[in-house]
Amino acid sequence: MPERAGIAELADLARSELSLRRFLHGLPGVDQVGAEARAASLATRSIKAGAKLWAIDAAISMVDLTTLEGADTPGKVRALCGKARRPSPHDRSVPPVAAVCVYPDLVPCAKIALAGSAVKVASVATAFPSGRASLPVKLADVADAVAAGADEVDMVIDRGAFLAGHYGLVLDEVRAVKAVCGRAHLKVILETGELVTYDNVRRACWTAMIGGADFVKTSTGKISPASTLPVALVMLEAVRDFADASGRAVGVKVAGGIRSTKDAIRYLVLVNEVAGEAWLEPDLFRIGASSLLNDLLMQRYKQQSGAYAGSQDFSIE
Amino acid sequence: MPRFTYAPAPESRAVVDLKPSYGLFIDGEFVDPFDGEHFKTENPSSQEVLAEVGSAGHADVDRAVAAARRAQEQVWGPMPGKERAKYIFRVARILQERSRELAVLETLDNGKPIRESRDVDIPLAAAHFFYHAGWADKLAYAGLGPDPRPLGVVAQVIPWNFPLLMAAWKLAPALATGNTCVLKPAETTPLSALLLAEILQQAELPPGVVNIITGAGATGAALVAHPGIDKVAFTGSTEVGKQIQRTLAGTGKRLTLELGGKAANVVFDDAPLSQAVEGIVNGIFFNQGQVCCAGSRLLVQESIAEGLVEALKRRLETLRLGDPLDKNTDIGAINSMQQLDKIRELAASGETEGAQRWSPACELPERGYWFPPTVFTDVVPAQRIAREEIFGPVLSVLTFRTPDEAVEKANNTTYGLSAGVWTEKGSRILHMASRLRAGVVWANTFNRFDPSSPFGGYRESGFGREGGRHGLAAYLKSALGSDRA
Repeated sequence: MPERAGIAELADLARSELSLRRFLHGLPGVDQVGAEARAASLATRSIKAGAKLWAIDAAISMVDLTTLEGADTPGKVRALCGKARRPSPHDRSVPPVAAVCVYPDLVPCAKIALAGSAVKVASVATAFPSGRASLPVKLADVADAVAAGADEVDMVIDRGAFLAGHYGLVLDEVRAVKAVCGRAHLKVILETGELVTYDNVRRACWTAMIGGADFVKTSTGKISPASTLPVALVMLEAVRDFADASGRAVGVKVAGGIRSTKDAIRYLVLVNEVAGEAWLEPDLFRIGASSLLNDLLMQRYKQQSGAYAGSQDFSIE
Repeated sequence: MPRFTYAPAPESRAVVDLKPSYGLFIDGEFVDPFDGEHFKTENPSSQEVLAEVGSAGHADVDRAVAAARRAQEQVWGPMPGKERAKYIFRVARILQERSRELAVLETLDNGKPIRESRDVDIPLAAAHFFYHAGWADKLAYAGLGPDPRPLGVVAQVIPWNFPLLMAAWKLAPALATGNTCVLKPAETTPLSALLLAEILQQAELPPGVVNIITGAGATGAALVAHPGIDKVAFTGSTEVGKQIQRTLAGTGKRLTLELGGKAANVVFDDAPLSQAVEGIVNGIFFNQGQVCCAGSRLLVQESIAEGLVEALKRRLETLRLGDPLDKNTDIGAINSMQQLDKIRELAASGETEGAQRWSPACELPERGYWFPPTVFTDVVPAQRIAREEIFGPVLSVLTFRTPDEAVEKANNTTYGLSAGVWTEKGSRILHMASRLRAGVVWANTFNRFDPSSPFGGYRESGFGREGGRHGLAAYLKSALGSDRA
């Protein structure tokens, strides 16, 4: 709960490495045991009936349907885009997902496949997933994705710089990437599994938000642990407090290992009770996933018909 | 309009088999009270009558004490510790197996949210039996001399705020140490103890080792004054505790008292604030604040008070008050009309004496006993709400400027049961813990319990410890003379 300040004042905090460090280290600490207990307690919420159906549709509309493999091909991406536009061929009432997330070189392919739909194209960039490249290379990566038509850019922070205490370097990179993004939305991946402590997660969130992030995102999906409920809790508190301080609402994207409807609903409960219901929309909350979508469809069918469908009833992508 | 409205998610009542009438559990059997008197117990969230239970009189107390004496001298006392342990382990396992049934029944009779009875009361009750079962054959190594002996027959009188858990706190150490028991549950919450009696039958505990007699204050008074008992263990109000102490004065009987509290929850400016907010909520709204160790006085460093209270209020807006059986309910019903009246009267005094009263927007159900989560700010130490135990969901917020002032204000109470300290500075935690006059000091948490951790207070919060190695001393005669509990 930092002092009230406008965006200009927050930017001023970052005028030097020293003042940024003072600010980040002045944020209230996170007690690990307490944060984990709070997340575990919210995970016991029991979401039934109409509330469950609402949550399933909300979750579908927040999915960033993702494929980030070396083996990705245009055919794979087209199949994913088809699924993204209409998750269930049988049921037109199922909303489309929020975005398709691919590597930069597959953005043109995804753009064509999603033309005329509301589904956004998101591209990872900045030498994803490790981020171990020079700044010019990272910026070229971003420029390439944006030129190809990416609506959203998922960058990674330099965890090495962060862990070495060079917060200013991390901030400068976020700002530089933001400038290259132009109108594309910027999601900043913290890779919380490498930051390890909740104090680090909170500081990295604030660094990214001060740098102009539109979203803060937990993970690349390439490192274990990826997103966890307590990490999401700490990030949701950060965006809530940042909105209080600056008046600007930053979104949260959780990614990695979220496979079941039950998991997804637990995150939505967390969003609802920590950041507040204003964050319960695709502009401010996303779930990066691939296999989750079919489980959401299966549970949606179960919720409406009372019976489970077989896995063959849902398309693979 | 809220978009994510949680649908009702009630736990099923079908798992509980309520009988219309319950007798007293004496000498291994359910028997009618001698004079046939019964009283009704109700669901405080709906005022529905759940059952009638026997009201034990003098003759019933005589029977129960005699059965306990016989069992102690002939069966339980002479039994080797490793054999006693088997029974106690068995009780613990059955508590786990029947945990859902116990949780639903506890919530019905007490009014507490099923989330708490399911996740706290019942698992902890089982944990107390497990823990003490482990001690039964190791008493010679408890630091109380080579061969500590049981006291004999123990009278145990427990409150209504954690009915089954308090029964477990009392029975488990007494049984592990070779004593036999006459337990009197509270008048408004007798049902889980009676289900426990069924569980003791199921575990084939020898008759008379545990006797459970229901009744009001008169039953408790008859029990603690009975000449055939060797010790009284009481948890409840300070007022009744004092009466019991007067009754026992000069009799040579042992006594442990776990009474009221007015705990300070001290938040420094370097605290982990988000978790401190959770700790404050857990400290005073857990079990509707009907907790003897509740963190009812929030002492917050003045430099962060405004922001912290604001964050606390925002958090309280998310609390869900309503049907205690709903799995998403955070705040349940107050246990009785009598308690609700007391809370109302004290809260009203807070307003009269000039404190600022605040509650989140929350609709109270029409039937049953309900009180909204309430925060008083601008509280000064001279007001009643800063001094008297409210035993309800009412928080008094006071401020301090320096660590010395925090200690002085925290200790400015007639009680001394618990306290909380919130700071990221480890040395400050130790410094505060050594100066706070409270039996339990929680650091960066609140209302955490474990059977291995001794619990108890001093001054008007009572004396004696329950749990851990220290708790055993309260039920043993020691050759070392360290048996004053």
